[in-house]
Amino acid sequence: MANSALIKEFEEMLGKENVFSSEADRRTYAYDAAVLNPVVPAFVIRPTTTEQLGKCVVKLYNEGIPMTVRGAGTNLSGGTIPDTSDTVVILTCALNRILEINTNDLYAVVEPGVVTADLAAAVAAKGLFYPPDPGSMSVSSIGGNIAENAGGLRGLKYGVTKDYVMGVEFFDSTGGWVRSGSRTVKCVTGYNLAGMLIQSEGTLGVISQAVMKLVPPPSASRACLAEFDDMQKAAEAVAGIIAEHILPCTLEFLDNNTIVKVDDFTHIGLPRNAAAILLIEVDGHPAQVADDAAAVERVLKACGATAVHVAKDAAEKTQLWEARRQALPVLARVKPTTVLEDATVPRSQIPAMMQAITDISKKYRVDVGTFGHAGDGNLHPTFLCDKRDKEEYARVEAAIDEMFDVAIKLHGTLSGEHGIGTAKAKWMEKETSRGTILFSRRLRKALDPKGLLNPTKLVGILGGE
Amino acid sequence: MADLKALVSRLMTLEDRIIACMRCGNCQAVCPMFGATHMEADVARGKLALVDDLAHELIRDPQAVADKLGRCLLCGSCQAGCPSGVKIMDVFMEAREIVYSYLGLGPVKKAIFRVMLAKPWLFNISMRVGSPASHLLFRKNKTAQNTVSSPLLRPLIGDRHLRSLPVRPLHAIVGALNEPRVSGGLKVVFFPGCMGDKYYVNMALACLKVLKHHQVAVFMSPDFACCGIPAVSSGDGQGMVDELRKNLDILSKVDFDYIVTPCGSCTSTIKELWPKYAARIDDAAMHISKALSKKTMDITQFLVDVLGVHGVEPRDNAISITYHDSCHLRKGLGVSSQPRELLKANSGYRFVEMKEADRCCGCGGSFTLYHYDLSRAIGQRKRDNVVASKAQVVAAACPACMMQLEDVLSHNKDDVTVKHPVEVYAETL
Ligand SMILES: Cc1cc2nc3c(=O)[nH]c(=O)nc-3n(C[C@H](O)[C@H](O)[C@H](O)COP(=O)(O)OP(=O)(O)OC[C@H]3O[C@@H](n4cnc5c(N)ncnc54)[C@H](O)[C@@H]3O)c2cc1C
Ligand code: SF4
Ligand code: SF4
Repeated sequence: MANSALIKEFEEMLGKENVFSSEADRRTYAYDAAVLNPVVPAFVIRPTTTEQLGKCVVKLYNEGIPMTVRGAGTNLSGGTIPDTSDTVVILTCALNRILEINTNDLYAVVEPGVVTADLAAAVAAKGLFYPPDPGSMSVSSIGGNIAENAGGLRGLKYGVTKDYVMGVEFFDSTGGWVRSGSRTVKCVTGYNLAGMLIQSEGTLGVISQAVMKLVPPPSASRACLAEFDDMQKAAEAVAGIIAEHILPCTLEFLDNNTIVKVDDFTHIGLPRNAAAILLIEVDGHPAQVADDAAAVERVLKACGATAVHVAKDAAEKTQLWEARRQALPVLARVKPTTVLEDATVPRSQIPAMMQAITDISKKYRVDVGTFGHAGDGNLHPTFLCDKRDKEEYARVEAAIDEMFDVAIKLHGTLSGEHGIGTAKAKWMEKETSRGTILFSRRLRKALDPKGLLNPTKLVGILGGE
Repeated sequence: MADLKALVSRLMTLEDRIIACMRCGNCQAVCPMFGATHMEADVARGKLALVDDLAHELIRDPQAVADKLGRCLLCGSCQAGCPSGVKIMDVFMEAREIVYSYLGLGPVKKAIFRVMLAKPWLFNISMRVGSPASHLLFRKNKTAQNTVSSPLLRPLIGDRHLRSLPVRPLHAIVGALNEPRVSGGLKVVFFPGCMGDKYYVNMALACLKVLKHHQVAVFMSPDFACCGIPAVSSGDGQGMVDELRKNLDILSKVDFDYIVTPCGSCTSTIKELWPKYAARIDDAAMHISKALSKKTMDITQFLVDVLGVHGVEPRDNAISITYHDSCHLRKGLGVSSQPRELLKANSGYRFVEMKEADRCCGCGGSFTLYHYDLSRAIGQRKRDNVVASKAQVVAAACPACMMQLEDVLSHNKDDVTVKHPVEVYAETL
């Protein structure tokens, strides 16, 4: 094998147990959670210290070998699928130490491979709160969360990953060590390079450490579920709640197709005729929560909710959430292939977007269940199909094309949280501009002269001027 | 390599089930193997991808795929949490059988599964011969668990700390049982399982004591063969069928209300795998197995749900006990409250929950034979949780888990003993 000398060198550097070069092992780093074709990397390395990580990048830069950083490989846009068969995959899973949780200054210092849920649990054990909660948090890495700017259910009130990044350390494409941000709330030392690394999808640098902001946890919460016979009314309720100056920590919705499928599967007695259900949770101080919950209930009824169920205790709250928890698992079981999208529109455009999705699904004869974060207009239209059926899959792709067109026309975006990767790169220019693409490419070329960091992702570095 | 085509076409029968995997990666959170190695090929997503690759001839190395499939405890944790509902265990077991029938079962496995476990008399004799001689082979470890290890047998069993072998197996002590019902009462088949019959004999005796106390009539045969799970998990479907034939032959002639076993793995095998493999014998066997499956229960479930045994307040000086959920029981069959209830039925113990009680202990049946180092590494996390709970006793309702717990606690010189929940309950009678 052409690589055998290089593999040996990495084995000496990292230990044999941290270099995977067998065919079987390599094939398991050829995919991620996106519905895309796999590309098998040349080999895979797993540094166990920051210092090793830096040395690996230097070595790969010197050899001119493309690199793809991989956290948990749960991204939905192909960000960790190797660009070429020469690519070396760098794993961060052995860099998984929580270095510090500072309860006085409210931050945590972590290595990039720390699992999101592990950080959240460690922080909770110290009486603090790390709010970003992507659906994949039980496995996703903080490095991956930063590189994708992952969102989650709590986005409306608490924001997304970028709102919790205080500082980032990373290696640039040459292996140079870069630090930006700090452990302080304020820091204006130099460019906001930490900000630049957020949602960079492994194209600008390899994150080696991050300082994440923590907040005090809310002391109380209350949940309710409302049924609507009309999507428009549900959207008005969402707007109405926010007009009352209430920011629920979660404001989720399920469309009729999802409701029916969840009920078919779980028999939990959901309103099968409802056009939508909203799940709303408010949190904060107990008195505030009581006021907010009462106001929410009032708005829901005023906007024509056909029924409102308020959870009286923790057990009932768990029950109300069951429908939302089951949404993806149930949709995923309907057909072999599940294409989970995340087109996002301004809140007020949700009814228009939902109508468009319904029309598109009829026009292309594809089964789409939609649920998502109504509070921030972040929809998850989920296309249920069988990718082995070429004709059907072509219709799904055409439907997705058209859906993105509509989202952009409604002043929305291709991707609220799943990223561009290679999956959505072709739509980038439509949402932004030619200038944006060229600017991004020039930026990349300046920082990554050999074009080694995830070269085909986002705006491909090799594309023309 | 002419039959590579046959291998591929047999594997393609799994495709519909494999493609249901949406590669979300969720299984990383619960997979004990991934927890120990952090390698994608060790988690369900990776193994499913490799089987799929082999089926599509994208990889042409069945041995490499077989090796990866073997690095799995078949604990079912991945399947229990899989959002897509992928039937991962079926795929893994069928894939093992398909790949091994191509590669050929190694001679050692063949000897164990086809000869030993299917022919109980041979297994019995070898264990009986083994036992009186055991003081020559084994060295006492002076640990709370009364384990022994064997420098002489190291090549075979590694540095395992095992409980000393009993002098006589269960069936030699109690013989065949076929008690008449006590005035319209219940009658059960007690299926002790290989480990209950030959290794944890006192545990099995405690089960019989409890059944007697509750006036439940018992049927038990010295001729029961292994339930078949070791064969199936080693890809030996034929071995399973041979054993099943013997067991069906015995069971189809008995009148009873329930089959109870003190082993989570036996229970789940009888309930879930027997009907599947019986279909390979004939329709009649399949119908019998389906009927048996409905009547099969874990003994803790039987005691609590059928006989109504329930918890009591612990005494003031009660000693603390914790419980480890066997994967086959909790994830496979949803049995988790009953064994805990049984522990609470003894006022001499105060129940404390440990962290990650339902995380796999790392034994995985025959997995521990081939991957002892990994098994120990996974077991260490379980041990740490047991010790952190400060319990003086840890209970598990599966002999394989008990053996693993004893091994790992003994290696750490921990002062924690291991019991089956039925043993704990039997102490009150
Ligand atoms: C079932 C499911 C639910 C999901 N729910 C959500 C959700 O609610 N919200 C949401 O936002 N996303 C969600 N996602 C998408 C995905 O989980 C997130 O994008 C997550 O942040 C990816 O983390 P990861 O560790 O798996 O990263 P990977 O998939 O391993 O990597 C993602 C990208 O980050 C880069 N990267 C990783 N580590 C580093 C590093 N150290 N330095 C530089 N670049 C790096 C990679 O090169 C890649 O481009 C979901 C995915 C699934 C499968
Ligand atoms: S959890 Fe299920 S669907 Fe997700 S990767 Fe694992 S096996 Fe596949
Ligand atoms: S059965 Fe257990 S060990 Fe095997 S892949 Fe699933 S979770 Fe991992």
